[in-house]
Amino acid sequence: MLELQSVSKTFEGRTVLADVSLMVPKGATHGLIGSSGSGKTTLLRITLGLIPFDKGYVKINDQALLSFTPVEWADRIGYVPQDGGLFPHISAKNNIALIARLRGWRKSRIDDRVEELRKLVDLDAEILTRFPREMSGGQKQRVSIMRAAMMDPAVMLLDEPMAALDPLIRRSLQQELKSIFQRLNKTVLLVTHDLGEAVYLAEQITLLHEGRVVQTGSYRDLLLQPATPFVSQFINAQRSLPDAEAFQ
Amino acid sequence: MACAADSIVIGGKIFTESYILGEMAAQTIEASSHVPVTRKLGMGSTGILFEGLKSGAIDLYPDYTGTLAEAILKRPELKSLDEIRQALSDMGLTISGSLGFNDTYALAVKEEFAEKHGLRSIGDLIPIESEIRAAFSYEFMDRKDGYPGLIDSYHLGFSPQKINRMEHTLSFQAIEQNAVDLIDVYSTDAKIKKLNLRLLKDDHNYFPVYQAVWVARKSFVEKHPSEWQALLGLEGKISEQTMLDMNAQADIQKISFAKIAAQFLGAEAPAAHGWLHEVARRTKEHLWLVGVSLLFSVLVGIPLGVTAVRYHAAGQAILLSSAVVQTVPSLALLCFLIPVFGVGTKPALAALCLYSLLPVVLNTFTGIRAINPIHLENARAFGLNGRQVLFRVVLPLASPTLLAGIKTATIVSIGTATLAALVGAGGYGAPIVSGLSLNDVPTILTGAIPAALMALVAHGIFEVLGILLIPALYPLSRSFSCFTSTSVLGCNPSPNKLGDI
Repeated sequence: MLELQSVSKTFEGRTVLADVSLMVPKGATHGLIGSSGSGKTTLLRITLGLIPFDKGYVKINDQALLSFTPVEWADRIGYVPQDGGLFPHISAKNNIALIARLRGWRKSRIDDRVEELRKLVDLDAEILTRFPREMSGGQKQRVSIMRAAMMDPAVMLLDEPMAALDPLIRRSLQQELKSIFQRLNKTVLLVTHDLGEAVYLAEQITLLHEGRVVQTGSYRDLLLQPATPFVSQFINAQRSLPDAEAFQ
Repeated sequence: MACAADSIVIGGKIFTESYILGEMAAQTIEASSHVPVTRKLGMGSTGILFEGLKSGAIDLYPDYTGTLAEAILKRPELKSLDEIRQALSDMGLTISGSLGFNDTYALAVKEEFAEKHGLRSIGDLIPIESEIRAAFSYEFMDRKDGYPGLIDSYHLGFSPQKINRMEHTLSFQAIEQNAVDLIDVYSTDAKIKKLNLRLLKDDHNYFPVYQAVWVARKSFVEKHPSEWQALLGLEGKISEQTMLDMNAQADIQKISFAKIAAQFLGAEAPAAHGWLHEVARRTKEHLWLVGVSLLFSVLVGIPLGVTAVRYHAAGQAILLSSAVVQTVPSLALLCFLIPVFGVGTKPALAALCLYSLLPVVLNTFTGIRAINPIHLENARAFGLNGRQVLFRVVLPLASPTLLAGIKTATIVSIGTATLAALVGAGGYGAPIVSGLSLNDVPTILTGAIPAALMALVAHGIFEVLGILLIPALYPLSRSFSCFTSTSVLGCNPSPNKLGDI
């Protein structure tokens, strides 16, 4: 379970986040959505423990972020950066195994875990020997998910997983992702600017605007009972996008 | 210093006569003693030899009374051998009596030029003073008993634009090709004969007397009295004509210095080693110079580059100071380092280390700065600590630029190390320097070609290293991409069917 309570952050006198709260129950997938400048990237970095915040708390399974060292926290949260964020200088396998090696895992244990995850995300074994520049966008995304899941974290955090992908392949990857999430059985927070993606993958959606939570609920709630006119405005603005059509 | 304690080290300057006299001293000692002799002939300048003598890196070398009074003692009024010996004594040095000849400065013109303008003495230059094109050596231009005093003594009004400063041996080429009309020479220089030059008479007796003598450390004389006695045996034995002939044998007939010295001493020339042996020895010396400086530049340059990225103010200071070092001419840097390190390998290594630093520091800095900051943030999000980020992410990602910097440092170092011969450190510079003084192209090439080859080999090694160490970032290695329209994730591993995309 991932819980953010009244998280606030000011930067150079400007309020970036004000009293942001959201809760993702164990095993659920939650979408955090907002346009650029809404504060969602700041919230993501706070959740990852990369930057300090002024007020509130972040907890995973009732344990607060501030009670852990950065290394301990990193093992509790599996991060899938935008475009996969693979390190370009090492192979897919080494990207996946990097942290486990630094933590002193034995080779056989690493190999077993990589194999288990490879089957789970349905990736060809040969891809593991490739360097990131030799992989397609979808392959990178899957390798990145394997890397994030390697240490068996309680929570997975995905940043704009589809943003860099070709629209044609985006749909099939979305389906793949949904089933991967189900098989992984992780608590997932998905950060995106794309409403269609959030609606497809997440049960609950939090809409962030100018550093504040505007509304949290299902797509149906947002559509039929918008908390403010901005919610309708935001939904309508994205309805013309091809991805959104599928959910009307 | 170690080498001077184990063997007798003989220095010499970078011109033919000094090579021959140095060789003569070496063979004289070898014939009369069992103490091994180390030859450090062909060193850059009087200043370098003098520092070497003071620091104990060399024991003795041939020089001239005028030079000692003017350039070392800075007391041009000292004329007699006794006065000079007395003055040097305070510095812990001593000199022998005259070896028998006076090798003074002289001005020379081509015979045809002299005929055309009716030149016999220096004073005859006055009517054509504004048209004269001259090439003078650096030392001649800067010494008080050289050019400045000459102008005063004869009231010469040369046109400053037509006075060129150049390396002494090059000025002979300049006059040979009629690029200049007038040059400074040493009066026993064989090239005077070879190029058919006329020496202009010094009516004012302006040029001081330059008696050739041995200059030695007093501690050497005390420690090796019999060897010193053997050297004193050469006093008064070499006439001006003899010296000029020996110089001509070296410069014109290309007879080796060792052979000329042996002939004079009536002895067998020491067994000459083949050129292969010479190249092998120089390669070893050169590799040592380049290798040590390279190791230093890597071990010091990379941490400095990393520091420069991390701390802005310190970074600017580091980059600026390593850039400033790079602007100091190599010979000048060597001279600055001699008071600290003496002569021989140490100052050469110090200079090379300093020179090879900038490319490594700068490329480390640039390489790290060019890394996409996303990778650094991701690394921290994955729980890498500072050290792990540096060694697992930052340095590997910067490594192509970093390796290029090390490669540049190596190649610069291979080139610059040829100057190490001027401070007696050997290497490929030794044949280059001695070949230059003899104007002997084949000898120059025995140093220049291996140096160029070494640079080529280094270039190749670094290319291969790049591909082996960081294949992911070297686009030369395998590359195939995979795009299929139906299955995005389950990509076919075979090279793609659409051809090269």
